[in-house]
Amino acid sequence: MRRILPFLLIILTGFVFIGRLFYLQILDDSSAILSQNNAIKIEYDYPQRGYIFDRNGDLLVANQPSYDVMAIPREVEPFDTLELSTLLNITPENIGKRLDKAKIYSPRLPSVIVPQLTKEEYAYFQEKLRKYEGFYIQKRSSRDYQIDYAANVLGYISEANTAEIKNNTYYQAGDLIGRQGVEKQYEDILRGKKGVKYIQKDRFNREIGAYKDGIYDSLPVKGKDITLTLDAKLQAYGERLMKNKRGGIVAIEPKTGELLSLISAPGYDPDLLVGRKRSKNFNKLWYDTIAKPLYDRSLQAMYPPGSPFKTMTALIALQENVINTQERIECHHGFSYGRASSMKCHGHPSPLSMSPAIAYSCNAYFGKVYRRIIEKYDTPQAGMNAWHDHLASFGLGDFLGNDLPVGQPGRIPDAEYYNKWYPENRWQATYTLSNGIGQGEIATTPIQLANMTATIANRGWYYTPHILKEIEGNTLKNKKFTTKNITTIDPENFDPIIEGMHGVYEYGTAQFLQIPGVEICGKTGTAENYSKINGKRVQLTDHSIFVAFAPKDDPKIAIAVFVENGYWGARYGGRIASLMIEKYLKEEISRTDLESWVLSHSLEDEYAKPYTGEPFKINQ
Amino acid sequence: MNKSTGFDWVSILLFLLLVIFGWVNIYSASLNESAQSFFDLSQIYGRQGLFIGLSVLLIIFILSVEAKFYERFSSVIYLISLLSLLGLFVFGKTISGATSWYAFGGFSIQPSEFAKAATALALAKYLSDIQTNIKSFKHQCGAFLIIMLPALVIIPQPDPGSALVYAAFFFPLYREGLSGGYLLVGLSLVLLFVFTLIFGAIWVSVAVVILALLLLFFNRKNKRKHLWRYIIISLTSILFAFSVNYIFHNVFEQRHRDRFNIVLGKEVDTKGIGYNTNQSEIAIGSGGWTGKGWTQGTQTKGNFVPEQHTDYIFSTVGEEWGFAGSAMVILLFIALTTRLIFIAERQKSQFSRVYGYSVAGILFIHFLVNIGMVIGVFPTVGIPLPFFSYGGSGLWGFTILLFIFIKLDSNRKAAYQ
Repeated sequence: MRRILPFLLIILTGFVFIGRLFYLQILDDSSAILSQNNAIKIEYDYPQRGYIFDRNGDLLVANQPSYDVMAIPREVEPFDTLELSTLLNITPENIGKRLDKAKIYSPRLPSVIVPQLTKEEYAYFQEKLRKYEGFYIQKRSSRDYQIDYAANVLGYISEANTAEIKNNTYYQAGDLIGRQGVEKQYEDILRGKKGVKYIQKDRFNREIGAYKDGIYDSLPVKGKDITLTLDAKLQAYGERLMKNKRGGIVAIEPKTGELLSLISAPGYDPDLLVGRKRSKNFNKLWYDTIAKPLYDRSLQAMYPPGSPFKTMTALIALQENVINTQERIECHHGFSYGRASSMKCHGHPSPLSMSPAIAYSCNAYFGKVYRRIIEKYDTPQAGMNAWHDHLASFGLGDFLGNDLPVGQPGRIPDAEYYNKWYPENRWQATYTLSNGIGQGEIATTPIQLANMTATIANRGWYYTPHILKEIEGNTLKNKKFTTKNITTIDPENFDPIIEGMHGVYEYGTAQFLQIPGVEICGKTGTAENYSKINGKRVQLTDHSIFVAFAPKDDPKIAIAVFVENGYWGARYGGRIASLMIEKYLKEEISRTDLESWVLSHSLEDEYAKPYTGEPFKINQ
Repeated sequence: MNKSTGFDWVSILLFLLLVIFGWVNIYSASLNESAQSFFDLSQIYGRQGLFIGLSVLLIIFILSVEAKFYERFSSVIYLISLLSLLGLFVFGKTISGATSWYAFGGFSIQPSEFAKAATALALAKYLSDIQTNIKSFKHQCGAFLIIMLPALVIIPQPDPGSALVYAAFFFPLYREGLSGGYLLVGLSLVLLFVFTLIFGAIWVSVAVVILALLLLFFNRKNKRKHLWRYIIISLTSILFAFSVNYIFHNVFEQRHRDRFNIVLGKEVDTKGIGYNTNQSEIAIGSGGWTGKGWTQGTQTKGNFVPEQHTDYIFSTVGEEWGFAGSAMVILLFIALTTRLIFIAERQKSQFSRVYGYSVAGILFIHFLVNIGMVIGVFPTVGIPLPFFSYGGSGLWGFTILLFIFIKLDSNRKAAYQ
């Protein structure tokens, strides 16, 4: 025993030590990361962001160099605060505050102190940089906008926030990241790849050369250029027409699902959000809670669709075989469906069959037809669900799945929706009658309505609308945008509806808006709407809505226009839709008086009404 | 010379491997831009090269001296060594806080590094005396006195690390028949100490009582007879736990408390006192399976680990040679110490055997405390890694210690002729 014990003790120690080494060197990898942290400095070389072109190859967004003033807090030596604040054009207190914030983030990692100096500011500062120990300049590329519109489509870039840095290892403090629009959606393609240099440091933080002679270093890779489906000229024209109005316009090429324009009014100049003026301007836009310029109405605003929705009621009725194209229905300035309930209508010939009913937008006709659809089934629940499923096949009531980062699902109610409202499921078709004419519980976004119009133009199918056309000249291969979505309505059922929409221009509600030499189809809409002003529900002037496509037999453009509080459909919506289509198909506007009417009319007074605090009249 | 059986080449080979691999790592740890050649005397690695060269001369000298000399003059050597330690209080030079050095021009010598060999010789001489009986209390006291004298002189220098090494003499004492009870008591006290620091005196007391009851329950024979023993041992343990509590919080200085707390994981402090250990663990941990390659260690190159060429040299091994290299160094030390014990056992003279065990014990304690500290399982105690760490006194001290034994071993047959 006395001879064995020393051996055992020595060998046991050996086991413990080797076990500990195995843990430190093989199992526990936290040290490996730390080691990278304190002995190696990583320096980044930022690539140029990809350019953005429109469908015709016009350059929309390029780059310009910008210079961030960075600091590593623990290397900062006492300095002349006053001189630095004059050089950088910020207050001395602000410099102190930002340095404190940087220290909290990390004393040894760099933080941005003043972002995005211009070339001129940089030139002055660079002269004096050597006097400020711990400060240095990080060159980046910021955006250089060639156009002053389409801000909602393009989005903007700004510094990544703390949460993004934490969740994605690619980003460091001060890195730029896409926000909104295509900058956000295609961030990974546009941003390129940072170049990286590993520099060996000693414990005094002196750089002592490239780590391993630079074998891990890499050069920056420029971001890829992208081409959008947008037609910049059409977009610009649409935004011009929407001056002093609020609302959204969405134009789609029906054959491809490509978004030709995506207009949200009021818009703003994308250049406002470049460089140091960004945060000031952003606050201004953000806190405008009445006009909401940052709110993309073309994608996010849910409006009652109004009369254009009658085309859906007609299609479903034909598919469900509850009416044929010949049957005429009487209208006595309305449709009475209960003891004291009725749905009003305006003056037009009566009785009407399907196509003219669309052209004259007869409420009674579609109220009656809607009731037949729901009541065809044993229970109103089954009827409502059948109705819902047809509409869903048009991409209504759910996110369309387009490639833009914001959106709204709209609302297409199903049986469950009403079961919640009415106890013990006691409700009938007549309770929901306004759905048949696009009011009631139904809500859609402009892009959904445009897509619905494109689907009618295609006679029963659509490609999911999208904004990206090409990446570096390679056409899109994303299955989501190259697979046809086919509706539940048979193709032959579309013809009478398209005839009716043609009739809208020929003899119906938009006779005065025909485009010479273009076979155009459309549908007016006027939607009642309410808003909460100071906590009270107030009815405002109707929204002016219009959907259209042209040419009738070979559709090249389908469009939906919403003008908030623009009164009846043809008044603003119809005019704008007609001008947009003419601009796109002919590039020249022949009806200059029509154009100047739209350009010279403003709805600002209408928008100001509810905020005056005085009683006001609507629909004037 | 026909009496000689030759030198133990296994030990000599292990010695050479450790010294040369140590030098290679000192080179990497102290390398800088102005590096010229391996033998540049203005550089740390150059001087270590010189020390290694001189230690070869020392080896030749030690091996050519008659083996009987070491036994005969052991008392004289011990006395000289003790005087040289005492002389430090008058003539000593202070380097990094410890007055442990004699300065000769640009050259310093640390006598405590040589005192270990002298003490080993003296202890061997005392135990091998025909009149000494280790079982008797009187002679136990004699042996302890020989061991404690140099340690007591070294502690106030202050250099408690070097004094701790004298615990190594438990090895030969135990082999020569010292009661295992001493070892058991010592080990129990260490365990009680550590557990008290981790869990607190109250829980340790509870555990002691439960353990005592369990032992009493399973030990059915002579229950009554041993009852008092159990009670006394338990009470002593509890008393010890509470006094540890008191001493730790009221007698220890904060820096001592910090060292223990960090190893016990009760405190995480990577900037102050924990910096050394943390940096050394980072360096070792970053090595992976095969390390970053010689002179390629980023932590070593960046000088993040303090004292890396001396006490923390093993962190360079860990970083640049990885698990493979550092495990190999551990195996080399285990091979050397077990080999020495093996050789000690084949000695015919008790003097040689005691000396051999002392050498193995001293090397083992250094290995245990140093590497334990560098890999973070032992409190920070500044003692060098034998043959590996930079330093002339250290290298020569260990060389003398080892080669006297190799000389004794070569002479083992002659001893009884």
